[in-house]
Amino acid sequence: MALLFDSFQAWKIHCESNNIALYVPVLEYEIALKGRTEAEIWKGMETAYTVMKEAIHTGLTQDMTSRSGMVKNTGKKVHQTTKVVLSKEFQTLIATTIAAKEVNSCMGRIVAAPTAGASGILPGILANLQNIHQLSDQKILEGLLVAAGIGLIIQHKASISGSIGGCQAETGSAAAMGSGAIVYCLGGNITQVFNAVAITIQCTLGLVCDPVAGLVEVPCIVRNASAVAIAFSSAQIAIADGDPVIPVDECVVAMGEIGENMESKYKETALGGLAATPTAQEISQKVHHKN
Amino acid sequence: MSERSSIFDMIGPIMIGPSSSHTAGVVRIGRFAHKLLGKVPDKAVITFYNSFASTYQGHGSDLAIIGGLLGMKPDDIRIKTAPVIAKKAKLIFEYKTVNNAGDKHPNTIKLQLTSDQKTLEIVAESLGGGVIKIVEIDGFECSLSAQTFTLIIKAEDIKGSIAFIAEVIAHDDCNIATMGVSRKSKKGEGCHFIEMDSAINPITLMYLQNLRWISSVIYLSDMDL
Ligand code: SF4
Repeated sequence: MALLFDSFQAWKIHCESNNIALYVPVLEYEIALKGRTEAEIWKGMETAYTVMKEAIHTGLTQDMTSRSGMVKNTGKKVHQTTKVVLSKEFQTLIATTIAAKEVNSCMGRIVAAPTAGASGILPGILANLQNIHQLSDQKILEGLLVAAGIGLIIQHKASISGSIGGCQAETGSAAAMGSGAIVYCLGGNITQVFNAVAITIQCTLGLVCDPVAGLVEVPCIVRNASAVAIAFSSAQIAIADGDPVIPVDECVVAMGEIGENMESKYKETALGGLAATPTAQEISQKVHHKN
Repeated sequence: MSERSSIFDMIGPIMIGPSSSHTAGVVRIGRFAHKLLGKVPDKAVITFYNSFASTYQGHGSDLAIIGGLLGMKPDDIRIKTAPVIAKKAKLIFEYKTVNNAGDKHPNTIKLQLTSDQKTLEIVAESLGGGVIKIVEIDGFECSLSAQTFTLIIKAEDIKGSIAFIAEVIAHDDCNIATMGVSRKSKKGEGCHFIEMDSAINPITLMYLQNLRWISSVIYLSDMDL
């Protein structure tokens, strides 16, 4: 019987008692429940990673302006500026993440991971992680499987959709998937991987979904950027044995509870938060007036 | 949550942005219609309802539906320029909007298509995550996910027809996932909608087609393959 990804605790016990790596039960799950072959799964992950890297490339090289006018080539601007606030690596991390997300807003091809609104986060994290640490493609694909396992549990216990759980469920989940993947790829142990997930969730709890004019542009694009920063800070803490104190499974339950109690005006309806500001109203009028 | 997700719902789908309900789902609705017709229609009247009526342009659903009608998949990068390609393919289209249709899902689309003098009308909902539900075909109510292997059979409403069709399919070793029949009036033609887990034998299809009380059989193999 394949592991069903109901909890991080069960995933950990399963791996430790069978002495297998974290990604293995994810493979077994997909084979058992969805009837795919192992070769198909690796191929699918490889294709996804390729599309992610293509999105970064497209975002950094082509014109990224959206029909609403709110997306204005920010990824390229961040990439090209000579004003470096922290380090070259950090600048590239933010630029590539935004680039991939802008491709999504401008009707280009992306991987919804876990959703289209969060589609810049895993590309930004994994492509930069691979470059900086010279990791093999195989390692990154294993990281993607670990990320998928994390997503399955969050979806099962909370939500990965902005209309159900707010933005914590979209960019928060993607960041949590990414931080776990980082620690896994860098050789962290299972406790450290799951601690990274817990810390990321703690950082993104409560984030509302309030897209201006209902479009997946503002604040989605900058939130993809902040999500990768949170993923890396969480991974840095966890891999140094920093303790989130609240276990990851309990963090996920907290996320679900917050999502359930969040008012519907903060769940993709574009009725609250940033979407309700005077400027947003004006933009919304302009965008949707054309009908 | 009853049905467990695939890991390719976590890392995927691969799609054209910006939103799974406004682009990926909408492309699939158009593509379903394309598959049903077996070709690009000559003319399409596309009606966006409710929430879709006010958001379809901002999210590019207008381009997505044309892409689907041209037979494109949700990850086709040509979707952005679909109207230009439609012109070359001699597809004439127009958009309509209807707000406050209380009986309809927030993200509903109606397609009225003409192809070789024949017409086809489809009503469908985009449920999020690229998942769609076809709720009406030519006035017959249905509930199709357009994800599995689908049979649409128009037949005289004779006694035992449902059981008969189910048995024929079962003999083919095909597992029926969902099956429904819709009638517009008490007597007259009925339309059977059958979703199956695997492909059906061409010979079984021919057999069904040749039955006197069956007027048409349409078979759609796995939509996204
Ligand atoms: S604000 Fe809403 S639409 Fe934008 S990324 Fe967050 S959850 Fe998605």
